[in-house]
Amino acid sequence: MSLNEEVDVLRAIPLFSKIEPAKLKLLAFTSERITYESGQALFKQGDMGDAAYIIMDGEAAVLIDTAQGRIQVAKFKRGDIVGEIAILCDMPRTATVEAVGKLTTLRISKELFFRLVTEFPQMAIQIMRELAHRVERMNIQLREMVNKSRN
Amino acid sequence: METNLFRFIFRHSYRQQIYLLIITGISFPFLYYSYDLPKMIVNQAINGKDFPKNFFGLSFDQIPYLFLLCGLFLLLVCINGGFKFYINVYQGRMGERMLRRLRYELYARILRFPLPHFKKVSQGELIPMITAEVEPIGGFIGEAINGSVFQAGQLITVIIFLFVQDWKLGLAATALYPFQGWIIPRLQKRVNQLGKERVRTVRKLSERIGESVSGIHEVHAHNAARIKLAEFSDRLNTIFGIRFEIYNRKFFVKFLNNFINQLTPFFFFSIGGYLVIIGDMSAGALLAALVAYKDMSAPWRELLNYYQQKEDIRIKYEQVVEQFMPQGMMEEKQQLEEPETIEPLSGQLVASNVSLTEDGKVAVIDSASFSFPLTEHVAIVGPSGSGKDALAMLIARLLMPTSGQITVDGRDLTALPEAIIGRRFAYVGGNAYVFSASLGENLLMGIMHRPIRSVGGESEERLRRKLSAEAEITGNSTDDINADWIDYQAAGVGDHRGLIRRVTEVLHRVDLEDDVYQLGLRGTIDPSHQPEMATQVLAARSALRVRLADDAYRGLVEPFDVAAFNQNATVAENLLFGTPVGDVFDIDRLAENAYVREVLDKTGLTEDLIGIGREVAKTMVELFADLPPGHEFFAQYSFISSDDLPDFQAILARAERAGVAGLNPADRQRLLTLPFKLSLARHRLGLIDAAMQARLLEARRAFAQDIPEDLRRNVEFFDPNQYNSASTLQDNILFGKLAYGQAQAGQRVGELVAEVVRSLGLREAVVEVGLSYQVGVAGARLSAAQRQKIGIARCLLRRPDALIVNEATALLDSATQTRIFDNLMAEQAGRGLIWVLHRAGQAKSFPRVLVVSEGRVVQQGTFDEVNRDGSAMAGLLAKE
Repeated sequence: MSLNEEVDVLRAIPLFSKIEPAKLKLLAFTSERITYESGQALFKQGDMGDAAYIIMDGEAAVLIDTAQGRIQVAKFKRGDIVGEIAILCDMPRTATVEAVGKLTTLRISKELFFRLVTEFPQMAIQIMRELAHRVERMNIQLREMVNKSRN
Repeated sequence: METNLFRFIFRHSYRQQIYLLIITGISFPFLYYSYDLPKMIVNQAINGKDFPKNFFGLSFDQIPYLFLLCGLFLLLVCINGGFKFYINVYQGRMGERMLRRLRYELYARILRFPLPHFKKVSQGELIPMITAEVEPIGGFIGEAINGSVFQAGQLITVIIFLFVQDWKLGLAATALYPFQGWIIPRLQKRVNQLGKERVRTVRKLSERIGESVSGIHEVHAHNAARIKLAEFSDRLNTIFGIRFEIYNRKFFVKFLNNFINQLTPFFFFSIGGYLVIIGDMSAGALLAALVAYKDMSAPWRELLNYYQQKEDIRIKYEQVVEQFMPQGMMEEKQQLEEPETIEPLSGQLVASNVSLTEDGKVAVIDSASFSFPLTEHVAIVGPSGSGKDALAMLIARLLMPTSGQITVDGRDLTALPEAIIGRRFAYVGGNAYVFSASLGENLLMGIMHRPIRSVGGESEERLRRKLSAEAEITGNSTDDINADWIDYQAAGVGDHRGLIRRVTEVLHRVDLEDDVYQLGLRGTIDPSHQPEMATQVLAARSALRVRLADDAYRGLVEPFDVAAFNQNATVAENLLFGTPVGDVFDIDRLAENAYVREVLDKTGLTEDLIGIGREVAKTMVELFADLPPGHEFFAQYSFISSDDLPDFQAILARAERAGVAGLNPADRQRLLTLPFKLSLARHRLGLIDAAMQARLLEARRAFAQDIPEDLRRNVEFFDPNQYNSASTLQDNILFGKLAYGQAQAGQRVGELVAEVVRSLGLREAVVEVGLSYQVGVAGARLSAAQRQKIGIARCLLRRPDALIVNEATALLDSATQTRIFDNLMAEQAGRGLIWVLHRAGQAKSFPRVLVVSEGRVVQQGTFDEVNRDGSAMAGLLAKE
């Protein structure tokens, strides 16, 4: 995939849709493109976060270690951004993310991520929206679980 | 050591000095004749009559006689020159030898200083003393005796001549000498005092400089530069004051002397004139006396200079030497004596009433008494500042007790030669020092006590004997530094292979083996010296290739293939297709190389690559132009630094107008450098298509094929069947580039390489390469933990009868501490281990515990015995 093709992929992602192509090109150029084989971890729960990942191709599973063992809580697909929480809050990774099948990501370092967010408020809003959606989803899941345990 | 300079000179060079005097004496007649001969030539040959003249029974006419005398004159010039040359060389050599002796003696003394003395003197003082301060002493010693005697002899001759002419004139000429002899030393005395002060202040100055270098972090972190500068300025001020006063006084002495010398003719004219007038003396005699007096002033001035210089040097010498005579210095014999046999130490270690006081006041250790079998494992615990580390150093004989004694098997520790203590005991402190040498040399220093086998052939041996003879003349060490000093026996092994095995084992014990293995992978070997190793590395290369073909690893490494363009290597690397040797083909500056340009021209690539360079420049300007200068992205990602970006913008603008062909050569050169840095897999700019890659391959072929003979040795081409001596071991095994963007490629390939290396039994050999890693000044190229581990490993290597560990692991992380703790216990099983613990809880693993508090051994026994309620030990444990 050449740089220009990567820019096209990025432009199709809602998060980046409002950002001018030259900046997207800089994002693509300064980010490392990493390929994972199925089962390889992008990062592990408890690691310190130093980067976020944009999924360019393939799927990734979000796994959480619990007392009952490891459970999958979500799945990411092309265009999703992964791992931004740890770098936003400067805290250890809250989950493990693993490739499901062959996966290609763009690894955005912490510095680059903050630079983008401060320079492009639209992007910050997009990320807020995305995070809010996740909270909403989790609330639904929680409600389901509580109901289940009552029954 | 002689405290007096002249005693030092006489003691070590009186024969040479006498010889020199004799030679000088012999040279005098020749000198005299060379003054006399010109007179003869003028009076007898040129203006002479009564030819032919007789000369040693032969008769000469005027012209031949002239040439005869001129020939004699020439001969005398040669002889005098010869004498002068010989005497100078002889003096120079003698001076240098004395200087060498002095420096050696001073350094040897530092090695024997009692350790507490190092709290009082600093490096900054010691170093300039041995290097700079003694330097002029060497020059002076050469002419110390001979020079003064020569001048004095001349002076006396003239004085005698004067007295022979007329005793009254002689008296007149020398009338003021007694006064001068009285006044000048008095004036000089103050100069001498100032000289001493100058030496002291300059020494303090160098100490300050040394301190600032060591504490440079603090200076920056506390904005302390101004006060440091002010302090330095103040010291310079003092030095200036002293130097200026010395200058003034020195020249006052000179002035006074000159003045008195000028005064003497007054006596001549008045007294001599009076004598001539009353007819008591002829005018000619007065004239002769005046001429002779003129000859007198030169040696007199020289003597005075000599006297001043002598005083100066004498002070320097005394000031240096007194710094090297501290109380309680070890005898040379004790340090260097080599006992016939060195038996292992065993039996009981007994300390009876051992005390150690510092500066005669503070008791660091106070009447400590204890005893235990040397083979026992003993923990020493106590709060910091309790004297526990002084106790460990006393047991290791690094410190000597002020009173009381420590014995091992009944032998007083203080009296044992260092050859026994330093080989049968081992000590490691909390801050082990690593010397600027290879890692291996640092490890082996514990088993390198004396030269064991000389190496080299007949010619080396001859040279060695010559150097050793010279060293002997000056009382220096005659041990051969190039010999093999490694004592295999001390390490309990038979040969080199065994030693490497043992070293690897010890490295495992201190958790350092993997680090050294990694250093080894990054090291190089010379295949002509180690052909077997090179063959094995090639075997590892093939084995790795097979393993990389597994599905799990496929694509992690892109191998070098002469017929394929390597996507993960840069264009420059692809073109060179080899490892540069030296900096002719420096990979970062390849585009500037004349031969590379020639190849590009020949293969018609120049224009196209410049065109690509223009595209790269455009992209870089597009991407980075908005970023503030100095942004970290420039350094990390850009091909063009922020400083150069405006230049490239200008070049692009010029290219827009005139096309790349119209650019000047410098601009074209700059554009050409850009594509060389491109790596296709990483940069993904899509500027180098398959066709271009094929053409670059062609250039690669042309480069290798036509390379001129003189450039050939500057590159070692990649060859799948050849060991590449310019590359590291790792690169030789990989023989390719790590693929970009494969998750954890580096780590996974590293594991694979380790596996292959192990399966081929190559790991030890790689570790051996790692041992040749140069650790830098004070081990600066290693981490603090690595340095500490080396400090421990070098003790283990010689299987000491007792290992004394003084909080040596406190610096390491706790997991490593525990591992090394267990390993050392296992390693020293059946042999002694005395451990000053920084955590009292660890004492549980020791059969015997000594508890130290305020310099006293307050408890001793098993852990349970000492851990009673209300005891010092219980107090220590409660605090943890």
